[in-house]
Amino acid sequence: MEQYILIFRHQDGSKIASPEQMQVWMKQTMDWIGGIAAQNKFVQGNGLPFDEARVVGHQGVVTNGPFGDIKETIGGYVIVRAASIDEAVEFAKGSPVLQGEGNTVEVRRVASRDGVH
Amino acid sequence: MDQSALIPHLFRTEFGRITSVLAWRFGIAHIEVAEDIAGETFLAAMETWPYKGIPDNPTGWLYTVAANKAKNYLARDTNFQKKIVPELRRGEEAVNAQDIDLSPGNIKDSQLRMLFAICHPAIPQEAQIGLALRVLCGLGIDEIAHALLSNKETINKRLHRAKERLRDEGIIIDLPPAAEIEQRLDTVLTTLYLLFNEGYYSETHDEMIREDLCREAIRLASLLTESEQTNIPAVNALLALMCFHASRFAARRDSEGDMVLYADQDESLWDQQLIARGVGYINAASRGERLSRYHVEAGIAYWHTIKEDTPEKWENILQLYNILLQIQYSPVAALNRTFALAKARSKEEAITEAEKLQLTTNPYYYTLLGELYADQDQAKARSYLDKALSLAVTRADRRSIRQKLDRLS
Repeated sequence: MEQYILIFRHQDGSKIASPEQMQVWMKQTMDWIGGIAAQNKFVQGNGLPFDEARVVGHQGVVTNGPFGDIKETIGGYVIVRAASIDEAVEFAKGSPVLQGEGNTVEVRRVASRDGVH
Repeated sequence: MDQSALIPHLFRTEFGRITSVLAWRFGIAHIEVAEDIAGETFLAAMETWPYKGIPDNPTGWLYTVAANKAKNYLARDTNFQKKIVPELRRGEEAVNAQDIDLSPGNIKDSQLRMLFAICHPAIPQEAQIGLALRVLCGLGIDEIAHALLSNKETINKRLHRAKERLRDEGIIIDLPPAAEIEQRLDTVLTTLYLLFNEGYYSETHDEMIREDLCREAIRLASLLTESEQTNIPAVNALLALMCFHASRFAARRDSEGDMVLYADQDESLWDQQLIARGVGYINAASRGERLSRYHVEAGIAYWHTIKEDTPEKWENILQLYNILLQIQYSPVAALNRTFALAKARSKEEAITEAEKLQLTTNPYYYTLLGELYADQDQAKARSYLDKALSLAVTRADRRSIRQKLDRLS
C-alpha cells in the first residue's frame, strides 16, 4: 500500500460562491473524506488558507500570493493510502473541488523509503 | 473526527449577522468589506472543519475568526487606516478586537439597524429587496437572480447602484429617531411584504427558494417584534398574514410541482402550528388606533385558514375586502372582493358588480367572469375563459384556466 497526495487547485471559493453553496461544499468534502476514512485509506489532510500567503522568489524576493494571473491555486491536500495510482485517482474523482470548472486535483505518489526514490 | 451535524443554512444565516455587525462598525460605505470578511470566514471554516472536525461551538468559532479578520483588516489596510479609521464610530478608541462586538444583543441590534438602512426611502424598492436578500439573508448573486427570476448581471448592477446610493446619500446604519420610527417602518414593512410575496407568488418552480424567501421575510419581521421600539401592531399584523399564508405551503403544490388552487387543497396538509402562531400575532396586533392594510389582509388570510365554506366566513371576507379596498385599492383585491360577494350573496349579484370593474386587460378579470357565468350561461363562460387564456402570461395561469374550460360541459 502506497501513500498518494491529492493536491487541490481551485479558485478562492469566497469570491465565487454564496454562503449556502460554501456550506454545501464543506458538507460534501466532509462526506468525501469520511468515505475514504471508512475504507481506512485516509492518512491526513488540511486546507491551506489564502490569507497571509507569501511566495518567496529568486534571491529572496517575497510577494503576496500566489495571486495575480493564476485563478486556480493550491487550496488544500489530502493524503490517502491506495494500492495503485488508479485507486488514488478514483478517490480524487470524488472530490467536490472538481465541481468547479477549471479546478483540478493533482495525484502524486509520496516517496517512501523503499530505495526506489 | 467530530461529526456533529451542522445547522442547515448556518453560513447563510451567519453571513447576515456578521455582515450587519461589521458594516455597522465600519460604516455603510464599507459594506462590501464587511461582506468579504464574512465570506472569508466561511472559507476558513471550509479549509479547517473537514479535516479537524466541526468545532463544538461552530458559531462561536466563526465569530472569533470574523472578529480577528476584521481586526487584522483594520490594522493592516493602509487605506483603511488613513481614511476610514478616523471616521469609524467610536473612532477615538483604539481599534482592537473588543470593538468587534458579536454578542447576541449587538447582532440583533445590528440586523435591525441594517434593515432600516437598507429600507431607506431613498433606495428604490426593488433594490431594497435585493439588498435585504444579499446583506441580511446571505443569498448569493446567483441565488437572488434565481429567486427574482432575473439574471446575474441585472442583480449585480442593481446591488452595485443601491450600494452607491447608500454611500452617496450618507445613510447611517442606525435606528431612526423615535418620532420617525413608525413612518420609516412603513417602508420596512412594504419591503418585507414584497419579499414574502416574491416567494409566495413567484413563478419559479424551485420550491426551496420560494419557501426560503418567505421564511426569511418572517424571520426579519420577527426581528422587529423583538425590539420594543419596533414592535408595533402593524408589524404583528404583517407577521400574522405571513404565517397564515405560509401555513398552506405544503398543500399548494402537487407531486409534479404544479399549483393546487385553494379550493382543491388538502387541508390536512395545512401547518396548524403556523396558523396558531399567526393567531398569536393577530392578537398582539389588535391594539392601538391605526388599522393597517396588514391588519385587514391578515383578517382575510385568517378566514382562509378555515376550509369549510360557511356564510359567516365569506361574509367576513367580503367585509374585510370592502375595508381593504378603501385603504389600498388593487385590481386583485377588487376581483377577490367580487369573488367573495358571489360566495356570500349570489353569483347574479357578483356578475353585476364584476361587470362594473372593467379590468379589460387583466386575465383574472375574465377568469372570474368565466367562473361566475359557468352555471348560468356556458357559452358566455367559455368566451370569457378563452379571453382570459389569451391574456394569461404564466404557465400556471394558463393551466388553471384550461382546467376551468374543461370543467364546462
